Amino acid sequence: MSKENVLKVENVTMQFGGVIAVDNLNLEVNQGEIVSLIGPNGAGKTTAFNVITGVYAPTNGAVYYKGSKIIENHPQGKMKKLYRGENPVMYTGHKVLAPTPDKITALGIARTFQNIRLFKSQTVFENILIAKHLRRTSNVFTATFRLNAKEEARMREEAEELLKIVDLTDVRDELATSLPYGKQRHLEIARALATQPELLLLDEPAAGMNPQETLELTEFIGRIRDEFGLTIFMIEHHMDLVMEISDRIYVLDFGKSIAEGNSEEIRSNPRVIEAYLGGAQDE
Amino acid sequence: MEWITKNLPYLMAGISVGGQYALIAIGYTMVYGILRLINFAHGDIFMVAGLIMVYAVTVMPMPLALLLVVVATVALGFLVERAAYKPLRSAPRMSVMISAIGVSYLLQNLALYITGGLSQQYPAIPWLSDTVTILGATTKRVTLVTPVLTIILVVVLGLLIKYTKVGMAMRAASRDFETSQLMGIKINSVISMTFVIGSFLAAVGSMLYFTNYTGVTPTAGAMPGLKAFVAAVFGGIGSIPGAVIGAFIIGICENIIKGVGWTTFSDAFTFALLIVILIAKPTGLFGEKAIDKV
Amino acid sequence: MKKQTKIIWNVGLIAALLLLLFILEQVVPSSSMLFMVLKKGAIYALVAVSMNLLNGFTGLFSLGQAGFMLLGAYTYAILTIPVESRASVYQYFDGGIVQFAIPVPLALIAGGVVAAVFAFLIGLPVLRLKSDYLAIATLGFAEIIRAVFQWDKLGPLTNGSNLLRNFPTFQSVLYPFIVAGICIGLIVLLINSTYGRAFKAIRDDEIAAEAMGINLAHHKQLAFVISSFFAGVSGGLLAMYQTTIQASMFKSAMTYEILLIVVIGGIGSVTGSCIGSFLFIACSEWWLRFLDNSNLYIGDFHLSFMRPGFRKVVFSVIIMAIVLFYRKGLMGDREFSIEGARRFFQKHFKKKQAVEGGSSHE
Repeated sequence: MSKENVLKVENVTMQFGGVIAVDNLNLEVNQGEIVSLIGPNGAGKTTAFNVITGVYAPTNGAVYYKGSKIIENHPQGKMKKLYRGENPVMYTGHKVLAPTPDKITALGIARTFQNIRLFKSQTVFENILIAKHLRRTSNVFTATFRLNAKEEARMREEAEELLKIVDLTDVRDELATSLPYGKQRHLEIARALATQPELLLLDEPAAGMNPQETLELTEFIGRIRDEFGLTIFMIEHHMDLVMEISDRIYVLDFGKSIAEGNSEEIRSNPRVIEAYLGGAQDE
Repeated sequence: MEWITKNLPYLMAGISVGGQYALIAIGYTMVYGILRLINFAHGDIFMVAGLIMVYAVTVMPMPLALLLVVVATVALGFLVERAAYKPLRSAPRMSVMISAIGVSYLLQNLALYITGGLSQQYPAIPWLSDTVTILGATTKRVTLVTPVLTIILVVVLGLLIKYTKVGMAMRAASRDFETSQLMGIKINSVISMTFVIGSFLAAVGSMLYFTNYTGVTPTAGAMPGLKAFVAAVFGGIGSIPGAVIGAFIIGICENIIKGVGWTTFSDAFTFALLIVILIAKPTGLFGEKAIDKV
Repeated sequence: MKKQTKIIWNVGLIAALLLLLFILEQVVPSSSMLFMVLKKGAIYALVAVSMNLLNGFTGLFSLGQAGFMLLGAYTYAILTIPVESRASVYQYFDGGIVQFAIPVPLALIAGGVVAAVFAFLIGLPVLRLKSDYLAIATLGFAEIIRAVFQWDKLGPLTNGSNLLRNFPTFQSVLYPFIVAGICIGLIVLLINSTYGRAFKAIRDDEIAAEAMGINLAHHKQLAFVISSFFAGVSGGLLAMYQTTIQASMFKSAMTYEILLIVVIGGIGSVTGSCIGSFLFIACSEWWLRFLDNSNLYIGDFHLSFMRPGFRKVVFSVIIMAIVLFYRKGLMGDREFSIEGARRFFQKHFKKKQAVEGGSSHE
C-alpha cells in the first residue's frame, strides 16, 4: 500500500444481545481518499460509524487511526458466551480501549448524523461556534473573566469563514432548525469541519435531497476534501453520488462486508447485485 | 430467645413498614413504567387518604369511612392525572415532573389549610389496631396483617395485569408508548387505570401505615412517598415484584438501623442505598436495560 | 445598540437600582414587609439562577439545591460565630471544636467552596445518571446531608440538631443585593462564554455535543460544581438573613420552591429567575397575606374560608396554572434587556399611534 492509511477497522463485531449488527468488519481508508460504505437498510452501516466514533464500544475488534490503536475490545463475561464471530480469542489479554466520542473527535475524526442533530435552540452561527470549543486553550476562569478575548475573536472569525464556505452567511442569525433540510445538512458538515478534523465521517449526507441538491453536494464534498486536505468516509444511498465521487466502496450486508472495490468493480459484483436486488425481489 | 424478643419488634416493624411502602411503591413503579414520570404527588395522595379518614370517621360509621377513603383517594388520583399530567402529554419530561412537584405543593398546602397545620389524630380502626403478643413481643395486629394483605393485593394485581385486557394494554404501553397507541390502545384510559390502581393501593397503604403512627400531618406523605420511590428504583423501575421486594428490604433495613440506635440515619440510609444502586446498577434488581439509539 | 452604550446603560441601571434601594431605606420604615421581600428575594434570586444554570442551561435536572445551601449556611455560621459567644451557642458541646472566627466575606466564599467540594465528590458518580434518576439522586443526597448535620456525634462542629446563632448578619437591604448581584453577574459572564455555549449544546443534544468534542463528564461536573458554589454562597446569605439556622430548615420543599421560581421566571432565563424570585417571595409572604385574614367581610357576609393557610392554597393554585398553561414562564428563555424593553414599548406605542392615526383619517 503506497498511501498512508488513516483509518483501519480490524475484526470489529458489534452485538446487541443476540443481534449481530456488525460482523467481523475489516476496512481501511487511506489518506485523501473518499470511501463510501453502502448496503441495504439495516446492514449495520451506522453502527459501524458509531463504533468508530466511540458511541458504542465494540464487542470485539480494534480501530486504528493514523497507525495507532484508538479503540479495542474483546468479548468478556456474558458477551464471551454470546459471541459467535471469528477469532473470539484473538484480543484476549489485551487492554480494553474505549474512549468517549469527544476523545475521538479531539483526535481529528469528526462526523455528521443520519437524522440531523443540530443544536436546536442555537443559531446557525452558534452551532458552528460551539464546535470551536474543542480547540480552546482557555479554561473556565479565563473564559468567564474574558481573558481569552483574542482566542474568542479568532474562534468567531473562523466560524464566520466556515459559514462563508457553506454559503450560510445570510442566515447566520436564524435558528438552525428553521433552515430547509438541505441547508441543515450543509450546516452539520460545517459544524463538523469546525472541530478541525482530518477524517470526516458523513452519515447519509444526501438523505432527503433532490437530484439538484445532490449534485451540488457531490461538488461540495469534493471541494472541502481538497480545501481542507480531508479524508472522507461516508455512508450513502444515492448511488449517483457514491459512484461519482468515491475512490473506493465497501458493501455491507447483514453486518458483513461482502465486497470492496472502485465503482466499476462494485457495479458488476454479483454479490452486491444479489444483496440489493435479491432483497427487493423478496419483497 | 432473649435476642429474638429484643430484636423481633424491629424485624416485625420492618416487615410491616415494608409492606406499606410496597403498596405505595407500586403506584410509582406503574406510573413510571408507562409515563416515565416520577409522580412526586403520589406520597401526598397517600397523605390525603389519611386525612380523609380522619375527617370521615367524625361524621360516619367506620366501615363507611373506610369505603369513602378508598373511593375518594381513587377519585383524587384520577383527577390529578387528568388535570395536571394529561395536558402535558406531549411536553418535555421535565415539565411533567415539575407539574407533579406543583401538585405535591398544592396538596400539602391544601392539607395545611384544612388541618391548620396541626397533627390530626388518626382514628383507631377496630381489630386492626388491637394489640397482640407473639413470641413475647407486643405489637398491633396491623403489623401482622400488612405483609399478608400486601402479598394478596400484589398477587391479585399480578393476575390482573397478566390476564385482563386492560392489564395487557398496560404492559404494551409500558413497553412502547407510541406503538401501543398506533395499535389502537386507548392510552388515556390505560393511564387513568394506572392512576386508579396506584391510588387504590395508596389508600389501603395509608390505612395500614397511619394505624401505626399517631397522627397525620400535611407533610406526612413526603417521606414514605420518597422511600417508596426508592424502593421502586431499587427493585427496577417498572417492575411490580421488584418494587415489592425493594420495599420490604428498605422497610426492614430501616428498622434494623433504628434498632441499632442510629435513628438519625434511618432516612439517610434509604437515600444512600438509592445512590449506590443508581450508580452500581441503574436498572435495579429486575429492571431492563435500554439502549439509546443514535 | 453599540456594545459600549449597552454596557453604559446596564451600569447606569444597576447604579439607579442601588440608589433607589438606598433611598427607600431612608424613607420607608425598616419594619416594612418590602425590605423583607427584597432581602429574601435577592437571596432566592441567586440560588434560582444557580439552579437555572444546571436545569435551564445545561439540561441537568438536579434537585440538590437545598443540600448545597445547607452546606453554605453551616460553613458560614460555623466560621463566623464570635469566639466569645461559642460557649453559649454550643452549650451542649462544650463550646464546639472551632475556636476562631474569620471575616464575613471570606466565610461566604468558604461556604461556596465547601458546597462546591461536596458537589465535586457527589458529582463524580451521580452525573452519569439520566434526567429523572439524576433528580432523585441529588434529592436523596440533600436528605443525607441534612441527616448528617443533625447527627449528635458531629455536634461539636454542627451543634447537632440545635440552632446555630449569634453569627454576623446584615441590616441593609443593599448587602444581599450587592453580593447576589456580583454572583449573578459572574454566572452571566460564564453563560455567555465559550463554556456557556458548551453547556447549552449539552442541553440541546448530548450526543451531538459529545460528537463535537465536548467532554460531557467534564462539563457537567463543571456546571454542577459552579452551580453548587453559588448555592452555597446563597446559603450563607440566607443564614445572615434569618439570623439563626437549623438543618431541619433545608428540606426538599425548599428545593421545590426554588424550582418553582425557576419555572415561573422561565427555564433558561437569568433575568426570568430574578424576576420570578421577587414575585414568588412577594406573593407568598406579602401580597397574598390578606387572604390569611380571618376577619374579612363583604358587607355583612363573613368570608369564613379565609383563614391562615388560605394564602398558600391560592398561591399553589396560581403556580399550577403557570405550570400548566404558561409553561414558558414569564420570560421563556429570553433575557430582559434595555433594548428589548425599548423595542417592546416602541412596538406597543407605535401600534397605539397607528390606531389613533387610522381613526382620525376616517
